[in-house]
Amino acid sequence: MIIYGVALLATCMVVGTFVGDYLGVLLGVKANVGGVGIAMLLLVAASGSRRLRFLVEGASGDGVKFWSAMYIPIVVAMAARQNVVAAAHGGVLAVAAGVTATVVSFALVPVLSRFGARRRGESADAGSGERG
Amino acid sequence: MAILEATLKANGLIVAFAVVGVTVWLSYLLSAKLTSGRVHGSAIAIILGLASAWVAGQFTGGENGVADFSVLAGVGVMGGGMFRDFAIVSTAFGVHISELKKAGLAGVISIFAGVLVAFVAGAAVAVLFGYRDAVAITTIGAGAVTYIVGPVTGAAIGASSDLMALAIAAGVIKSILVMVGTPMVAKMIGLDNPQTAMVYGGLMGTTSGVAGGLAATDPRLVPYGAMTATFYTGLGCLLGPSLLYLSVKMLVG
Repeated sequence: MIIYGVALLATCMVVGTFVGDYLGVLLGVKANVGGVGIAMLLLVAASGSRRLRFLVEGASGDGVKFWSAMYIPIVVAMAARQNVVAAAHGGVLAVAAGVTATVVSFALVPVLSRFGARRRGESADAGSGERG
Repeated sequence: MAILEATLKANGLIVAFAVVGVTVWLSYLLSAKLTSGRVHGSAIAIILGLASAWVAGQFTGGENGVADFSVLAGVGVMGGGMFRDFAIVSTAFGVHISELKKAGLAGVISIFAGVLVAFVAGAAVAVLFGYRDAVAITTIGAGAVTYIVGPVTGAAIGASSDLMALAIAAGVIKSILVMVGTPMVAKMIGLDNPQTAMVYGGLMGTTSGVAGGLAATDPRLVPYGAMTATFYTGLGCLLGPSLLYLSVKMLVG
């Protein structure tokens, strides 16, 4: 049943968001801390679990896959509801701050992922030495 | 006309599905015909979305892009936080724990590095523009982290509302730039595997930016980037009014 998959997804999200909100309160932060990430981990765990297999196999799985296929359209809708005018009105300072932060962060991606790859490389070398 | 308007208003979310569907179709057509597939259809769709949000903002003076047109209010629901997070979580279906573990430490470091680097970049720009008090520098720096961290931090340390508006603007610029820029720089920064996507998500952090950027680059990478990005705003809200504010205060006296 398709609804089983959708219900599983919904349950993961509600639980994850709740835990994220709770973490936020616990830490004294006015924001959700990792709710979506926790929900994703729950879904990964649930879809790997034997007991819950009936929730993700066949038609039930389609209930989850439908939403993951709706992801791009939802992102398009999200883009269409951004406050683009305000962003443009923030003036040179806002643009400079936003651009600088973005460019520097982009530049760090290869640095940090190479760091991660090197660490993996070392452990792989100790074993089979296999790395592409 | 009045009847049509009433029909559209009464079926907001359904209208949004139709409108977004047409937009995506048009975008893929443009991608194939004008760029022979070089610019991804979803990248064009996102840019069309942003452009229409700008046009709508000029007409309505509102904050929610096309959703401020009452007949398109459903786009606001479809693109709002609830559906966005629901769709993001669903992309985790089929993710392998082993891939997540591979990024491990680098993924965690990227979240801290991302918040810190964005904050320092924003704060440096604020100083460059002549700001000298700790509250202003911190608020603008926090805005460069994400448009949520900016106002949360600003509110906590007593920033004025025009400073908060500035911080939000900086954050929105960043998120738009990440959406549009990711497919352009993807090759340069090696963004073609789950591990790099996790590092990327942690560094960029803006949920909407990462969501849009990865969608336009390679949708298979979405869950990995989203997984780390989701911790970024929380960490920013945690560090902004505390450690980062105190550090700035120490530096500028």
